[in-house]
Amino acid sequence: MPHPMSPLAVRAYTATSALGHGLAAHAEALALSRGGLRPNDISSAPLDCWIGRVDGVEQVALPGPLAEWDCRNNRLAWLALRQDGFMDAVRDARARYGASRVAVLLGTSTASIGATEEGYRRLDHGRMPADLHRPVLHTPHSLAGFVATVFDLEGPCLTVATACSSSAKVFANAERMIRLGLVDAAIVGGTDTLCDSVLFGFNSLELVSPSPCRPFDAERDGISIGEAAGFALIERPQEDDDAPLFIGYGEASDAHHMSTPHPEGLGAELALRDTLDRAGIEAIDVDYINLHGTASQKNDEVEAALVTRFFPDTTRASSTKGFTGHTLGAAGILEAVMTLLAMRDGVVPANLGGTTPDPHCGAQMAWHAERADIRIALSNSFGFGGNNACLAFSRQGGAA
Amino acid sequence: MSAALTVWVQGIGLWAPGAADWHAFGDIVARGAEPSATTRPPAEILPPNERRRAPESVLLAATAAGQAVRMSGLDAATLPCVFSSAHGDQAITDYMCETLASAPRELSPTKFHNSVHNAPAGYWTIATHCHASSSAVSGGEYAFGAGLLEAATLAVADDHPVLLACYDIAGTGPLGSMTSTTGAFALAFVLSPHAHGAAARMDLSPEPCNTGAEASGHAWLDALAASNPSARAVPLMAALAKTHATALRVPAAHELDLHIDLGYPT
Repeated sequence: MPHPMSPLAVRAYTATSALGHGLAAHAEALALSRGGLRPNDISSAPLDCWIGRVDGVEQVALPGPLAEWDCRNNRLAWLALRQDGFMDAVRDARARYGASRVAVLLGTSTASIGATEEGYRRLDHGRMPADLHRPVLHTPHSLAGFVATVFDLEGPCLTVATACSSSAKVFANAERMIRLGLVDAAIVGGTDTLCDSVLFGFNSLELVSPSPCRPFDAERDGISIGEAAGFALIERPQEDDDAPLFIGYGEASDAHHMSTPHPEGLGAELALRDTLDRAGIEAIDVDYINLHGTASQKNDEVEAALVTRFFPDTTRASSTKGFTGHTLGAAGILEAVMTLLAMRDGVVPANLGGTTPDPHCGAQMAWHAERADIRIALSNSFGFGGNNACLAFSRQGGAA
Repeated sequence: MSAALTVWVQGIGLWAPGAADWHAFGDIVARGAEPSATTRPPAEILPPNERRRAPESVLLAATAAGQAVRMSGLDAATLPCVFSSAHGDQAITDYMCETLASAPRELSPTKFHNSVHNAPAGYWTIATHCHASSSAVSGGEYAFGAGLLEAATLAVADDHPVLLACYDIAGTGPLGSMTSTTGAFALAFVLSPHAHGAAARMDLSPEPCNTGAEASGHAWLDALAASNPSARAVPLMAALAKTHATALRVPAAHELDLHIDLGYPT
């Protein structure tokens, strides 16, 4: 059984998704229960579905020295990094701790595979076209390599690619490295962008809805895929710190099936218990849970049943995928940021898109936005291959 | 200077073209044997139906991981696992990109779910009934060093043995010319924070600078090391095979080495 962890400060955080660029756009959308999905207008061939697309990615220009890294995924990362003073916070940490003492730990499911797909659409005599002859892009490590280059960091640099739990698990990597003194701070988060691989891939599994997704609705018929980037800077808290705190995490495996969750949510429950143990809290202490809630048949059934049996009615719960779509490898960080905003603003996000509750849902579900004093909150992220992660945050060091 | 992390090697696994397991590798490196004919990674730990469906990356990773766990004598179901790979299953990525460029609606659902970077971790945890944490990581060209650092960190942080498997298959198609991976290679360790029953000790310290690869003068080893990002482990594996108490460096990021002091229980 894990020991309770020493809380860490979330010194800075930001997200960019279909809801807009940066925290203000997300806070406003959550307050107004206004989603960001639109009919698919991005796949290279028509596909009848809705997507969470970020506006303005096409217009992003990377600075000259970063030109080698140019692709949709790194443009979205660059767009997100420049919101909410995040770049300054990282530069400050680098100045305080040194370039080798700040880790880059980022999650993604497909990184810049969109650039590889593009190369295959316009091969030059069977070879990658000259303008895409850039090996740094054709690897899952493209995002982390890019962000380390942006900040000229020289410490550990790791990509976690466990599908939809990727950018939640990086918080755990950061906690371990900081606790053992390997680094003093870590950039965590992740980026995934819309590309043919995920749109046609999830379509081949018959998991994509032709309509905007309806998490936890009895009539739900699949996911809507989105894209997002989000980042957080994690370090030890200072005395009288007013930053929100990262207080616990859990990781576990279903050991059941590559693309279907365990029918009783075994891995999800193990990750949840691990999280509560490390945070030193109990279910009754949890004010809000941002659910994985993809709007797939199986995930929502299993997750709803877990929440119903595990938490009191006073714990509020919702999925925000109706706002943004399922942003896959970026879902962990995007929803961690949504959770931090819910705590900051005292708003339980609506479970947008759901109207008729799945019979497994309990009284915890927040179908509409609610005002609430949220001191402790969780964020669930479950991935393909039965890969489960859960994060716990508290609003603020001591002063809450 | 004391090491940042000390882990004990309780199990070792390896698959290379011409060396079907860790012992065969040791015969070549330490006892002058010739590399043998290359055989398909057997992945005996997977149930037969999964073995038939699994892509090459999964067979490769599971083969090395299975050897390491068997040598450790530990139960795979209890071991948190870290699967590291620079490029994942490049053959599937090549298939996916080719299919998406020509007939996107014909994409195979099985190929798609096998394409995720955590497919080996998924197949492994299913086959071994492992409910512990599992991860799939990459560090690009430095995926071995980055994965070793992550696995050692996890073992020490949670005070529990951890399975590390690091693998890359050969690249194919237009993608293959970008990744410059010309052959398959996998290795695995069971790393423990405790000495009991260990074959070797690794003292690990991250150090600034990436000093790159150094040729050993052994033609087969040098060709192997240059063929595949995961095979950057080859100098370390050769030292372990010869039970050399030595110090070496493994690149773990663009500007970071892992300094490794190897020792052996007496």
